[in-house]
This record gives sequence, C-alpha cells and structure tokens, in this order.
Amino acid sequence: MSTAQFACQLTPLLSATSLTCIREDRLLLDQLNIEINAGDIVQVEGPNGSGKTSLLRILAGLSQPFEGEVFFKNESIRQSREEFHQSLLYLGHLPGVKDEMNAQENLSFNLALHGLNNDTKNIEQILSEVSLTGFEDSLASHLSAGQHRRIALARLYKSNACIWILDEPFTAIDKQGVYALEQLFKAHINQGGCVILTTHQDLLTFEPSQVKKITLDYVFE
Amino acid sequence: MWKWLHPYANPEVSYHFVGKILPWLSALTAIFLSIGIVWALAFAPADYQQGDSFRIFYIHVPAASLSMGIYFGMAIAAFTSMVWQFKLADASAAAMAPVGATFTAIALITGAAWGKPMWGTWWIWDARLTSELILLFLYLGVIALHNAFEDKNLAGKAAGILTLVGVINLPIIKYSVEWWNTLHQGSTVSKLGKPSMSIDMLWPFLFCFIGFALLVGVIICIRFRNEILTRNSIRPWVRTLVSEQTSSSKLVENK
Amino acid sequence: MSLINLSYSAVFSLVLKRDLTIAMRHKDDIINPLLFFVIVITLFPLGIGPEAQTLSRIAPGIIWVAALLSTLLSLDRLFKSDHNDGSLEQMLLSPQPVFILVLAKIFAHWLITGLPLILIAPLLAVLLHLNEQSYGALFLTLLLGTPVLSLLGAIGVGLTVGIKKGGVLLSLLVLPLYIPVLIFATSAIDTAALGLPYSGQLAIIAALFFGSLTLAPFAVGAALKISTN
Repeated sequence: MSTAQFACQLTPLLSATSLTCIREDRLLLDQLNIEINAGDIVQVEGPNGSGKTSLLRILAGLSQPFEGEVFFKNESIRQSREEFHQSLLYLGHLPGVKDEMNAQENLSFNLALHGLNNDTKNIEQILSEVSLTGFEDSLASHLSAGQHRRIALARLYKSNACIWILDEPFTAIDKQGVYALEQLFKAHINQGGCVILTTHQDLLTFEPSQVKKITLDYVFE
Repeated sequence: MWKWLHPYANPEVSYHFVGKILPWLSALTAIFLSIGIVWALAFAPADYQQGDSFRIFYIHVPAASLSMGIYFGMAIAAFTSMVWQFKLADASAAAMAPVGATFTAIALITGAAWGKPMWGTWWIWDARLTSELILLFLYLGVIALHNAFEDKNLAGKAAGILTLVGVINLPIIKYSVEWWNTLHQGSTVSKLGKPSMSIDMLWPFLFCFIGFALLVGVIICIRFRNEILTRNSIRPWVRTLVSEQTSSSKLVENK
Repeated sequence: MSLINLSYSAVFSLVLKRDLTIAMRHKDDIINPLLFFVIVITLFPLGIGPEAQTLSRIAPGIIWVAALLSTLLSLDRLFKSDHNDGSLEQMLLSPQPVFILVLAKIFAHWLITGLPLILIAPLLAVLLHLNEQSYGALFLTLLLGTPVLSLLGAIGVGLTVGIKKGGVLLSLLVLPLYIPVLIFATSAIDTAALGLPYSGQLAIIAALFFGSLTLAPFAVGAALKISTN
C-alpha cells in the first residue's frame, strides 16, 4: 500500500448538515452538523438508545434522516451513490455472514461483491490475519459469534475504501483481536482514510487527543 | 409551477390553508348532496323496467367511479412524493386510502343490493363488481401495509410503492376481468351501468355525483389535517396549537 | 489490491451462484413448497369427488391456484434470511447496481421454486385427468407465468421483509396482483382443451413477463431500501 492512497485530502471526506432523526416520536438527533476529514478517527459516544446506530446508518446512507443531508466530498450521497459506496466500508451490528456457507466462501463473496480480488491465496492470507486458519472449510453455523465477526472484519485488511463506519466492531472480539484492530485503524488513518465507530470501551492505544468525539445524549423534551 | 407550490410544501402553511377552505367546501357539499339526494330519491322518475330499485344507481355509480378516482389520486400523490421527495404528498395519500376503501365497499354493497331485485341474487360475477372487489383488496393491502410500519414516514413510502405497483396493475386487472367475464358468461346478463339516461334522471345524477365527490374532498381534507399533525407532533407549532386548543376547551368547561 | 470493475453479468452470476449454493445446502426449502403443491392438489379430488369429467374441467384452475399458493409460501425466504443476518444491507451498500443484485436473487428463487413446479406439474395433471391436448399449454403457461409470480412476489417481500409478522400481510399484498396471470393462464389451458389456438393468451402472459421483468427489479430495490431503513 502506498502512503498517498486516498487522494482526497482537501475537502472533508464526509460531512453532514443539520441532521435530525426521529424514532418513535423521540427526537434522537437535533440539527447535528458533522465534518470528518482524512486522517480522523471519530468515536460516537452516548448511552444505549441515544441514536448512535441511527447516526452511523444515516452517515452510511442506509437510513434517511428526517431532515438534513449527508455529503461525500461535498456531494450529496444521494447523487453519488456508486462512487460513495466504492469508498465506504460499513459494518453494522449484524455481521452479514451466511450460516450455510463456510468462512472462505463468505469472505470470497464479500470481497467479490465489493469488487476486490478474491482468489484463494488472498483469502487464505486474510483469514490467517484474523486467526481463522484451520476454519476455512467450517460452515459458519459451526463457528462462534466472535468468529462470525472476524469474518466480517476480515474485509478491513484488504479494503480500498477510505471511509470506515463501524458499529461496535469490538463486540465478541478478544483482547489481542482488539489490539490488532486498533493497529489497523492507525495504519488506515495514516494513509489518509477515516474511521467512524461506536464502542463502549475506550480506544487504548490512541492518545485521547487523537480521537475526535461526537457525544449524543437524550434530547429531553 | 414549483415556485408557486413551494409555500404549500410547508406543513404548517398547508394545515392552516386546508383549515380555511374546509368550511366552504363543507357548505358546498351539504348543498349539492341534499339537493341531489332528495331529487334523486323523491322526485326523479322511476325507471320503467326496474321501478324504484333503480334509484340505488344514484349512489352506486358515483361511489364506483370515485373509488377508482381516489386510487388514481393516491398514485399521483405517491409519485409526487417519490420523485420530488414531497413529504406532504405521503400524508395526503395516507388520508385518501381509507376513504377510497370505504367508497369501494359502498359500491360493492349497493351493487349487491341492486343485484337482488334485478337478478334475484346478491352476488353475481359481473365484470364491474369483480374489479370493484379486487380494487377493495388493493386498498386493504395498502392500508394494512401502512399500519404495519411503526414509523409513519417509512409507512408512507412503502405504501407509495405498493400504490404505484397497483396502479400499473389496475388497468391490466380490469381488462383481464372483463375479458374473463365475456369468456365465461357471454352476454346473457345485462351489465350494471349506463343505460341511456333521460334528462330528468341526468340532473339529479349530476348533483349526486358532484355532492359525493365534494364529500370525499371534505373527508380527505379533515384526515389530511390529522395526518399533518401526527407526522409533525414534535414540531413547536403543533405543540403550541395543541396547548392552545386544550386551554381554550378548559376555559369553556369552566364557564 | 486493485479494484476490479465487475460487469453486470459477473455480478449477476456471483449472486446467483451464492443463492444456489445456499439453497442446495438447505434442500428442504426446495422440497417443502413442492410437497405443499402436491398435497393441495390431491386434496381437491378428495373434496370434490373422483369423477373424471368434473376434475378435468377444473384441473387448470386447481393447478394454477396451487402454483400461486406454493410460490407465495416460498417467497418469504427470498430476502428474509439475508435481511436477518445483515447480508442484505451489505449488498445494498456495495457499489453494484441494486437492480442486478435483485434480478439475480429473483432468478435464483425461480430456479429453486418455479422450475421444479413446472417439472412436476404434468404428473399432477395426470391425477386430475387434464385433457391431453392441454399439456403443451400447461407447460408453456407455467414456463412464462411462474417467473411473473416470482417477480411480482419479490415486490411484496421487499416491502414486508422488515416487518416482524409480514407473512400474512405478504399474501394480502401479492395475491391480487397475480389475478391477470391466473386468468390468462387457465384460459389458455381451457382453450387448448377445445383444440383451439391459444397463442393470444400466451402473448399476453409473455407481455406480463417482460413488463414485470423490466419494472419489478426497480420497485424491489426501492422497497428494500425502505425495509432496511
């Protein structure tokens, strides 16, 4: 990987203006403005039910906000869907792993769907990075929740997307796994990408000043 | 055109605008409907073949045409909402659906009631009645889908897609049912519908038709206002409106 | 690490292969709707009586109504499991055009449910004493008509996949849309029994097929975006 992989440093990578989100008659986000630049790691904080997942889904373009708009390089993501999705890697609560397929098939489909190289050698290498060597041929239904998440996270290792939006990526991941992921985030932002994530534990290997925070709270009426 | 429409895209403005025209519309409805119904039921001549039972025609035909018309109205609203992201259009479609279903049901019931003296049976698989029945199913599908979503904005969008799919299918269904009907029954049964009308039947019919159309308009306007309020319940203007209403009603109670 | 730009056909075959692989490892999903189809059809002679003349008169209608119902029964799994495990949102977030993804999934669904129906239908036609002249019409109407059922049904599934108890609602939404196919298909079979040409009805079913083939994927895509919201 070259260092200047993402040549998009001048404009904010991802920005949002006056985001408002309403769920079941509750105001979750109220006129929120966000600007995320290349090299940023952003942690979305807040108690359960404060709208962290909703915010991430809106930023990824999966949900429509009640009001407001999300921009990718100053262009509305509704207009530039394909271009945006090529630069986006979103991992939600659900790992998107099919029980009926084995680890290798799952990863292979995921990579191919996003236009990435999915030859066997490449896949074996990635699976070893997320310590799934030896489980290539096990059906996902026989794997644990943590292993499911690892299959999903494996895409991070070969991703060419500059925006990573990760909803609770550390769930069910052990200590060494978390450490490895944080190293991966560091490498990613050093290359000019950005990471937006929610997590209940603090990022351990980052300086507190390095991590931008968006704090959501209940909006009391 | 859009510049002119723009102020009405604001929920608050359209809420008050509809509120202003509502009394006039209601008055007009009352005039047309009372004249039309009294004329049709009491003064218009009885049909020389069907006698007085023919008079149900004055309700059946307006209800049947309006039921189709409302569906097309819903489709136009759904299209507007989808193409121009015009949220109020969803609210208007949601206001229309139950009204349309009710008029479809009225058309079916009056059709059956008319069929009894004419054919000696409550139900006959006449092409028009059958398409009306299928239209009722389409309406109920839209309403059920709308109710299944918690989030009213999503509900509106989903129901909009179904309405558009339905409106593309509606002519196909209507055509296929008519074709099916002629295939299986031939022309042994005279269809419900337009006998050549004499002038003293046409006038009360027109009054009834316009009266029912206005009634539909009034009901939709009232429901539309309600839809605006529920969809904007967290907006400050709705809150002040509600608090004003409740305090004024308390005042009346105290007096 | 280079980005491979996938052609439409490559995306189509990628998703098709995946769905067929999953279906092959879950064979009861293929067999159960088929079994339902067979059982429903055997119920009719038991309910109506074994008289050959009556049965052959109503056979086209029975076979087609049973086909509608068994398609309906299998529709649910078109997007449900993908929605539940999160792979649906990954597909929608991929840079591939949604209508190709949807079309591939619908085609896979038809291969799994529609095609076996066509293959087993002649056997059931024998049980119902279908007129011998009608076999060709039965085959052709099923061949052109069952894809329409899958395509229209996909719209209903797309709209209801996010709803917890969407099963009954799905049938309410989809069955009225199936009426034209039912009418023209059964009429084609009836006409064939009389030894008359039925190309007109077939042409209409073909038109329905092409119409839904071009429009349904976009409606499904829009519906799925709402359901994953």
